[in-house]
Parts: sequence; C-alpha cells; structure tokens
Amino acid sequence: MNYLRDVWLVASKDLRIERRSRVALQQIVPFGGIVVVLFAFALNSDRTLLPPAAPGLFWVAILLAALLAIGRSFNVEESNRARDGLRLSGLDGGSIFLGKAAAVAVELFLLEVVVGVAVVVLYDVTPRSALVLLCAAVAATIGLAATGTVYGVLAGGLRARETLVPLLVLPAVTPVMLGATRAFQAALDGSPGDAWPWVQLLIAFAVLVVAAGTVAFGPLLEEA
Amino acid sequence: MLGRFPALAGVDLDIDSGEILLLAGPNGAGKTTLLRLCAGLLSLRAGTAEVLGVDLAVDRKRVRRSVALLGHETFCYDDLTVTENLRFAARAAGRSRSDADAALERVGLTRMANVTHGKLSEGQRRRLALANAIARQPRLLLLDEPHAGLDEGGRAVLDEIVRTAPAAGCTVLLASHELQLARQLATREVRIIAGQIHEPERAEVLA
Repeated sequence: MNYLRDVWLVASKDLRIERRSRVALQQIVPFGGIVVVLFAFALNSDRTLLPPAAPGLFWVAILLAALLAIGRSFNVEESNRARDGLRLSGLDGGSIFLGKAAAVAVELFLLEVVVGVAVVVLYDVTPRSALVLLCAAVAATIGLAATGTVYGVLAGGLRARETLVPLLVLPAVTPVMLGATRAFQAALDGSPGDAWPWVQLLIAFAVLVVAAGTVAFGPLLEEA
Repeated sequence: MLGRFPALAGVDLDIDSGEILLLAGPNGAGKTTLLRLCAGLLSLRAGTAEVLGVDLAVDRKRVRRSVALLGHETFCYDDLTVTENLRFAARAAGRSRSDADAALERVGLTRMANVTHGKLSEGQRRRLALANAIARQPRLLLLDEPHAGLDEGGRAVLDEIVRTAPAAGCTVLLASHELQLARQLATREVRIIAGQIHEPERAEVLA
C-alpha cells in the first residue's frame, strides 16, 4: 500500500509540474500536431496514400513527442539538484520509476487522443476495432514511457543528455513502433484478428521493460 | 575523488549523539564532500563510515531515511509551490502533511505558502530548504553553509532550530565559513584541511 502511495506521490508531483509549467500543452502537443499536419500536406497529392500510412505517421508523431516528454521529465530533476532530493527522500527506486513512467504515460495518452483526432480528420481514416486500438495504444504507451524513463535516468546526470536520450531510446523502442503500427494497421483494415499477435508483443514488451525498470532504476539513479 | 586526487583522505572523526559539531576549513578542503558522504549521496572508495550506527557501505538507504541535508541547492521544484514542495518532501520521508505545515510555520514562510519556488527570493528559498530538512524530523541534520543567503530573521530562525535540535534527539554537523555565527551554535569544532581532519584545542578555537 505504501509502495503504491509512493508511486502516486511521484506521478502526481510530475503531473502537477507539467500542468503548471504547461510545457506539455505549449510544446509537446503542438509539436505532435505539427508533425501530423506536415505529413498530411506532404502526402496530400495522393489521397489514397494517407489512410494506409496513417498508423505509421501517428506513431512517428507520438515517438518524437515522447522524446520531448521524457527529456522534460528528467530536466525538472536537474534544476536545484532535485535529483539529489529524490535520492535523499527515502523513496524506493522502483516506486520513483513507476511514478515517473506513469506521469509520462498519462501525458502520452492525452497526446494520442489529440493526435488521433487530427489523424482521423486530416487523413480520412475511419476508426474501427476500438478495443484493439485501445489495447495496442495502452501497451505501446506503457512500453514507450517505461523505456524512456529507464534511459532518461541513465543519461540524466550527463551534460549531453538531450542528445543521448534519443540515441538510446530510438533503437530500444523499435519493437514498440513496429508492433503498434502493425496492430493499428490491422485494426483499421478491419481485420482485428491479425492485430492481436502484435498487441501481445506490445504487452510482453511493456511487462518486460516495467519489470526491468523497477529493479534497475534505483541503481541507475545512484550511478548516473 | 576529484579528478585524480582524493577529496577526503585520512578523515578520522567521531561525532557524539546530540552534538553540534562545526566543520571549519578553507574552500575545497572537503567539507561539502564529507557532508554529502554522511548524507549517503556519495559512496566510499576506501575506508569505513558509520552514520547513526549504520555502515554506509552496507545500507545507505537506511541512513538517508534518518538524515537531512541543507546543501547549496534547495532540492526543490521551481514549478511547485512552497507547500507542494514541502509536502512532497515530507510525505516521501514518511511524514505527514501536518509535519510539513509545522515546518513551514517554524521557518516563517506561511504567507508564501502558495508561491512557486521559482518566484521566491534567495533567502526565502533557503528558508524553504531548511523547512524541507526539518519536516523530515531527522536524527542527523547536515548543514552546508546554512547562514548563506539568509537575512537577520532567517538567521535567527536557523539558530533556534540548530540550538533546539539536540533536545529533539538530533545531532547537527555544520560546515561554515561564517565562523563567528557558527561558533555561537557549536558545541565542538574541527577543521578540515586538504581532506584531513584537525581537531584544535579548545583554547585555540576560542582565540
């Protein structure tokens, strides 16, 4: 119970900071929106190309915005050496990890709703198989947030962290991008049966990264 | 280690429970390093260190739960208010909201409760950092240049907190360049020079 309380304490702290600073609202959401709009303009001459490309473009927009959200999540820990405050707090490394990853995941979910609506409107996509889309989005978002949080803390103490985080995160989340895109494609094509193996891959990835992150985050926070 | 040089070498220091120990010494002598080591923020490369009877090499986490560090930085979040920062620190240390609110009142920041850390003056930030430290109700209070940035009122608050700490079962390790102020609080003084502890005679301290 205390563990969950600590997770909530860290997550609510990060979400409160984001709500007040409005970085997510003023930078991350517009960035995701601009990516979607630019692709729409770039491919607009061939309207038949947009719907099949939509899942991939949607997840590219989410991935790029996720890098901003992850960077932001650890930048706030560097000001005033708040990171040392976290280390001194007595909180378990695992609960800090789950709290920070949960906060990033919530931000990404909100972003996905906004970008999703933009994709439906601009790319002429009809949402189908809502359950598959929802399961794939949840599992992929958790996988993205958890992976980013692990690598975010690893690079957190370094001056080159803003360059290093994308370099570390992008290769690591390739399975998430592949699985999420394929699951969305199958769902939007009206063949949800083909999507479930990809959803299972996303769930397995998320479980693995969350478990590894819960164990590794504490030592990484100490060493970074 | 600082580059190729050890930040502390040959430190041999015992602190009794309830003591207010002043750690004096020139810049770069290793005062901050020693305090961060005692807080469990640094790990030992050699030697042994016990804080509150716990071996730092064995269980730093346990040490951290019982110590508080007032360092050069506040460890606070710019976009959280004074109350939010304080409650987060207190609750993370297993303390209640009322402990946080009591600490806020004690340092005289109540009227700034809803102001974000980023908008506070330097002195107010130091008061908040002090409140963060005492809200944890530590058994060992580590103070690194605690008088720096504080006005007269802030210094009076700090002095009262340090003086009353032993009665609350708290030991204080205080590193300072402001020796006149610090000596009025300390029950013992040691000097640290080039990473080594020198314990002066009482007469020499008073001179």
